[in-house]
Amino acid sequence: MSRTFVGMPLRAGAPFPQAAREAVGDAQLRRNLGHATRTIRAKRAAVVGEVPDWEALRDSGSAIKADVMARLPELLEQLEEQVTARGGTVHWARDAEEANRVVTDLVRATGADEVVKVKSMATQEIGLNEALEAAGIAAVETDLAELIVQLADDRPSHILVPAIHRNRSEIREIFAREMPDAPANLTDDPRRLAMAARRHLRRKFLSARVAVSGANFAVADTGTLSVVESEGNGRMCLTLPQTLITVMGIEKLVPTWADLGVFLQLLPRSSTGERMNPYTSTWTGVTPGDGPQEFHLVLLDNGRSTALADPQGRAALHCIRCSACLNVCPVYERAGGHAYNSVYPGPIGAVLTPQLLGVAGHEDPASSLPWASSLCGACYDACPVKIDIPTMLVHLRGKVVDADRGRLGPGAAERTAMKAASWTMSDPSRFAAAQRLARTGRLLAGRRGRIGTLPWPLSAWSTSRDVPAPPAETFRQWWARTRGDQP
Amino acid sequence: MRIALFVTCLADTMAPRAAQATVTLLERLGHEVVFPAAQTCCGQMHVNTGYLDEALPLVRHHVEVFDSPDWDVAVAPSGSCVGCVRHQHAMVARHAGDEALAERAEQVAGRTYELSELLVDVLGVTDVGAVYPHRVTYHPTCHSLRMLRVEDKPLRLLREVRGLDLVELPSADVCCGFGGTFALKNSEVSTAMLADKMTAVLSTRAEAVTAGDSSCLLHIGGGLSRLRTGVRTVHLAEILAGTGTELEEAKP
Repeated sequence: MSRTFVGMPLRAGAPFPQAAREAVGDAQLRRNLGHATRTIRAKRAAVVGEVPDWEALRDSGSAIKADVMARLPELLEQLEEQVTARGGTVHWARDAEEANRVVTDLVRATGADEVVKVKSMATQEIGLNEALEAAGIAAVETDLAELIVQLADDRPSHILVPAIHRNRSEIREIFAREMPDAPANLTDDPRRLAMAARRHLRRKFLSARVAVSGANFAVADTGTLSVVESEGNGRMCLTLPQTLITVMGIEKLVPTWADLGVFLQLLPRSSTGERMNPYTSTWTGVTPGDGPQEFHLVLLDNGRSTALADPQGRAALHCIRCSACLNVCPVYERAGGHAYNSVYPGPIGAVLTPQLLGVAGHEDPASSLPWASSLCGACYDACPVKIDIPTMLVHLRGKVVDADRGRLGPGAAERTAMKAASWTMSDPSRFAAAQRLARTGRLLAGRRGRIGTLPWPLSAWSTSRDVPAPPAETFRQWWARTRGDQP
Repeated sequence: MRIALFVTCLADTMAPRAAQATVTLLERLGHEVVFPAAQTCCGQMHVNTGYLDEALPLVRHHVEVFDSPDWDVAVAPSGSCVGCVRHQHAMVARHAGDEALAERAEQVAGRTYELSELLVDVLGVTDVGAVYPHRVTYHPTCHSLRMLRVEDKPLRLLREVRGLDLVELPSADVCCGFGGTFALKNSEVSTAMLADKMTAVLSTRAEAVTAGDSSCLLHIGGGLSRLRTGVRTVHLAEILAGTGTELEEAKP
C-alpha cells in the first residue's frame, strides 16, 4: 500500500495545542481573524436564510455524496471513459509523489519552465509547487490571496481565503516588497491592491503555455470538469494556455449535471456568502480551436481510499471545501489556520487530515487535531452537506486512543487516569468515596471559598479559572439527610 | 408524574444547589421526584476524550440504574449529560458489540429529558411560578442548543419569572470554551474563548449569568471569579425554583 505524503502540506509541525499557544497571543492575528470571520459569517447567514428549502438542499447534497462514495470505482471509470472519449488523457496517482511526477513530466514534455495555477487545494495537499520548483519549473499562483501567500513565502491559513490572517496594510507591504512590477505609490486601498495584482498577473496569463488547476466537481456521465471562483483569474488559466493539467481528488465526483445543480446552489452561499459565484467554468475534454488543445486529468488518491474504508469516517470525503465550518468555528477563529499545521485547517481539517495520513497514536502531531475542538457543534449546523463533524471527531479520538493501547508513551498516563476514573465511577460506593476525597479540596479553598491553584494536570484549568470550594454536602448526602433514603 | 432525578456526577459533587432546585421546582409543580441512589456518571468525559472502552462500564451502569418501570421519565439539570445519554450511549454499546445494551440504552434515552425540555414539552408549562428579582443574562450551552435542540425553551421559561430582568447576551450561541477535557488539553484556546464569553457577559451589566449546564457555568464562573468581576453564575433550575425570599447566594 502506498504511503500518503508526509511533508509540509498535511503535517507541517507542532501538535495543535503548542501551535495554537502562539497564535492566541498574537493580537494582530486575532483582530484580523475576528474581523474576517465575523464578516463572512454574517454574509453566509443572510444568503442561507433567504433559501426556503435550504435544509432539503443540504439533505440532497449529503445523499448525492453518500451515493458517490458507495459507487466510487464505477463512477471513476465512467469519468475516465468520458474524458478519454472527448480528447482528454486520464492519469491515476496513488499518492502525492506519483501525482507530482506525472504533472512534472507533463510540463517538461511541453518544454515550458513556468506554469500558471488556478487556486487548488489538491495541489497544495501534494506540495506540487515545491515539486515543480525542484524540477526547475516556476508555478505562479493566480488567485489573489494565493498570490499574496506565495509572494510572502507564507502558508495559507484558510481553505477559501488563504490570506485571511493578513490585513490590507500587511498586503500592501508584501506587494511593495515582493512584486517586481508593483507601482511605487501603492496604497492599502483594496482596489489599488487588486489593480496591482491584475497588472502583474495579466502578463503571466498572456505568456503561459501550461496551466495547472484543481477541480470543484467532475460530472461522471459526461466527463465534464468544473471550477467555481470569484475573480476570473481561474478562467484565464483554464482558457488561454495550450495545455491544461487538472489534479483532482477522487472524491470530487458527481454522477450527473442534475446533481451538479444542487452543489452550485450550496457552495457559493456556504463559502463566500454569495447567491452565485461570479465565474463557473466547465470544460469537457478538448474542443478543437477553442481553449487548451491538450487536457490531462490526474486522479489523486493520497489517503482517500483509506478514509473511504472507515464507515464512520468516510463522510469527511463529502466535503466540497466551502470552509463554512472554519468561519463558524470558535477554535479556528482564535487559533487561526496555521495552528492546524495542515493545508486543511479548521473542523474539516481536524477530521480529514488524520484520515488522509492514516490515524496514528499520540506521537503523531496530526493526531492532536481531533481534540482541537470543544465539540460545540457549530460546524455540523453550517456544513452544506451535513457532515457530522463532532461525532466524527469523537470517533477519531477513539481511534487515536486505541492506536496507543498496550504501548508506553505520551498517552499512557492519561489512559491510566481514565481507567481509574472508569473503575471509580462505575460503582456507587466507590463514587461516594471519591466525592468525600474531593471534599478535602475545601481545605485548599480558604476563606474566599475559591481554589486558585491546582496541581498538574489540573493546573491547565487553574491558570485562568478559579474553582469553587467543593460544597460541604453533596446532593446525595442532602437527599439522604432530608428524605431519609440511604445514599 | 413520577420523575427520576438523573443528578449528573458534576452537579451531585460540585453544584448540588442546581439539583436541589430541580427537586424543589418539580415538587412545587405537583410531581413526585425520586432519586435512584445507585447512579454515578454517564461517562461523557470518557466518550468525548476518546476512551470508549472505559466508558462502557459507566454506560452499562447508567442503563441498569435508569432502565426501570418505577418512574415515568428521568430528568437532568444538564444539556450535555442528556446529550451523551441520547446521542452516545447506544454508540458506545455498539462500539463494544453489545447490541442488547444499545437497545436498552435507546429506551432509557427515549425517556430522559433535559430540564427545560421536561417542563415545556412533557409537562406543558412555561410559567412555573418563580420569583427571581435580579438582572440576569442567559448563555445557551452548545449541547442544549445543538445536540438537544432545546431552542428557546429556557428563554420561554425565564420570560415568565416574576421580577427577573432578563438581558440578551451578545453572541450568545458561541461556545464558552469549556468542552470537557478540551479546557485542559487546549487550555490556551479555551481561555481565549472564555475571555470573549466574559466580555459578552460583562457588556450586559447583568449581576448573574445563567445556563442549563453546571459544567459550562463552572467554566464561565471560574473566569469571572478569577478576574473578580463580581458577576456570579446561577443554574437555570435555581432561578425557576426561586421564590424571591431565599438568600440570593448561599455560601459554599
